[in-house]
Amino acid sequence: MTAEMAISVRGLTKRFGPRTVVDRFDMDVPRGAIYGFLGPNGSGKTTTIRMMCGLLTPDGGSGTCLGHDILTQSQQIKEQVGYMTQRFSLYEDLTIRENLDFIARMFRMKDRKARVDAALADLGLADRAGQLAGTLSGGWKQRLSLASCMLHDPQLLLLDEPTAGVDPKARRDFWDEIRRLAARGVTVLVSTHYMDEAVQCDFIAYIAYGKKLISGPARDIPGMIGLTTWQVEGPDIGALEAALRQTPGVEQVARFGAVLHVSGTDAAALARVAAEQSALGTHQWHEQKGGLEEAFIYLMAGASDNFSEGE
Amino acid sequence: MAFSFARFGAVLFKEFVQMRRDRVTFAMMIGIPIMQLFLFGFAINSDPKHLPTLVEMADQGPVTRAVLMGMQTSDYFDFQGVVTSAEEGDRALRNGSANFVVVIPPGFERDVMRGLAPDLLLSADASDPSAAGAAVAALSGIVSGAISQSLTGAVAAKVPTPPPFSVTVHKQFNPEGRTATNIVPGLLGVILSMTMVMITAVAIVRETEKGTMEALIATPVRPLEVMLGKITPYILVGYVQTIVFLLAARVVFDVPFIGAPLALFVGFNLYIVVNLALGFLVSTVARSQMQAMQLAFFTILPSILLSGFMFPFAGMPGWAQTLGTGIPATHFLRITRKVMLKGAGLADIGGDLLAIGIITLVIVAVALKRYRQTLD
Ligand SMILES: Nc1ncnc2c1ncn2[C@@H]1O[C@H](COP(=O)(O)OP(=O)(O)OP(=O)(O)O)[C@@H](O)[C@H]1O
Ligand SMILES: [Mg+2]
Repeated sequence: MTAEMAISVRGLTKRFGPRTVVDRFDMDVPRGAIYGFLGPNGSGKTTTIRMMCGLLTPDGGSGTCLGHDILTQSQQIKEQVGYMTQRFSLYEDLTIRENLDFIARMFRMKDRKARVDAALADLGLADRAGQLAGTLSGGWKQRLSLASCMLHDPQLLLLDEPTAGVDPKARRDFWDEIRRLAARGVTVLVSTHYMDEAVQCDFIAYIAYGKKLISGPARDIPGMIGLTTWQVEGPDIGALEAALRQTPGVEQVARFGAVLHVSGTDAAALARVAAEQSALGTHQWHEQKGGLEEAFIYLMAGASDNFSEGE
Repeated sequence: MAFSFARFGAVLFKEFVQMRRDRVTFAMMIGIPIMQLFLFGFAINSDPKHLPTLVEMADQGPVTRAVLMGMQTSDYFDFQGVVTSAEEGDRALRNGSANFVVVIPPGFERDVMRGLAPDLLLSADASDPSAAGAAVAALSGIVSGAISQSLTGAVAAKVPTPPPFSVTVHKQFNPEGRTATNIVPGLLGVILSMTMVMITAVAIVRETEKGTMEALIATPVRPLEVMLGKITPYILVGYVQTIVFLLAARVVFDVPFIGAPLALFVGFNLYIVVNLALGFLVSTVARSQMQAMQLAFFTILPSILLSGFMFPFAGMPGWAQTLGTGIPATHFLRITRKVMLKGAGLADIGGDLLAIGIITLVIVAVALKRYRQTLD
């Protein structure tokens, strides 16, 4: 648990009644990194983030956040962390400006008026500052929430699905902003369900069913899973997709428009399938470097098996 | 880290802005007291029994004893003891330890025998007319029956029937026996408790239910700053309600206010505190605004039924009185009646203030034990 780590937790565990929702979770987030936090619905992402910033008391485990103990120093942690909740949590019956101003007061910021004005200008909401926050559209609510959690220049941002329901242009702007912040040394832990956002992260952790399945630098993840992928193009791709799903050695078939990505962990078996199929001559088979995308589809398929077995 | 007045002020200000925007609730906070005042202003009557009674005995003869026995067996009166002076009797009526003081004049028995029609004085606390009325009405019959029975043989023949005596009833504090005069001061306690408990509980639970609590406690704000900031505006609401209420009571129902305003002021502030604490406690239990409303309503029922507001306290069975003693409204009701109708000052309500103080401490202790700074 060194000072270069913005977050370092070991064995975090949370139970709600008889259910263990987060199970012995470890995570190290280096300072200045963009860390993606992925996992299916109900896997425990929000619960983990809440434990890290002192909103929930873990039933087990320990750790530090910005060098402060998450169990005993949540007050210090709160001063330096910006937490964006998954659910809209600003006051709907206050105006945009009143909301930002309220947050600024909570952090006892000195040049409050100027900072709020600047945030409003950045958001492009300066001329709508008097509008009630509850009357904003869903995407704008997200953007306002994000602005409000960055208002006090936190060193660490915990963002829980910040771009849910945000249009593509705004999402791109948002990620540009995240990268700018990271370049300045701000650490960002962001949970998301979007693959195109996952690939922009420096590190990734994947959680399912409360347990961490895998974590590491984003580019190493496909290798860690050991997935081989073949790209298939050709006519009548739908029929081929159905056939391949029944073929031994093929563990995953994902369709991207007119192209199939056929993956499996047994490279030799998959190569045999590819050779047989190519011999028929109807489709073109190319081996390609396994990407993050296939890796996550593979992980999620595994997680849903977890659920159906009921564990 | 220390309490920050800046953050407390910010929460307070926010709460006021929200209150101002929530027109319906705001209108309700002022409208409900007035509506209830008019609804309850109509009489609710009952026929209470076993009312605490003291005797001042200047005559000890068998006829006197028969009269007292007759009163006791009538179920209306419950003799608690003997007083030796008029002041002692007055004090008991004022602080509520007795509803009646019976004064048997010297030579009562002798005068009855001689047919001189002696005067039996009954001082009644009529600030609660429904409590006093039935007992007073029954008194003449009870006394005359008792005298007839106690006189036997030759003596009986000499005394005319019905036996000559008169009963003078001296109604104190509410001579006209108007129910509104009694109900209205009691109603203040019920209304304050209803709105204070409900509004605070709902205001706090709303933050949890809407999800804003999560963002709020993720900031460095301290729990005490949040609690005080959220509760203080409602103290002011309580003030406004009380002023509106007292004005309406005065103008519409012509309820007197003869005691010390300071006494009511002190009692009323303490009462607001205990209700806010109760609302806070409710908010730590309720998971939704709906639950908070229902729980708050549930705490209000005993305040109406067991506090002596609906039924005279002394007429309730023992277990109900025990329960009633644990309810703040019971004591506040005594304070308002004593101060407004009986002219009590601070010294007269010391016991009631102490009782509310103890209840407050208990509630605050339980509430703080339940309150969490986290979401678990
Ligand atoms: N306060 C609570 N009481 C009981 N169970 C809870 C509570 N909060 C969360 N859970 C349960 O814990 C599990 C994990 O929830 P969590 O919100 O952490 O998932 P998530 O990964 O954030 O999901 P999503 O992607 O849908 O946001 C869920 O099954 C949820 O039902
Ligand atoms: Mg979540």
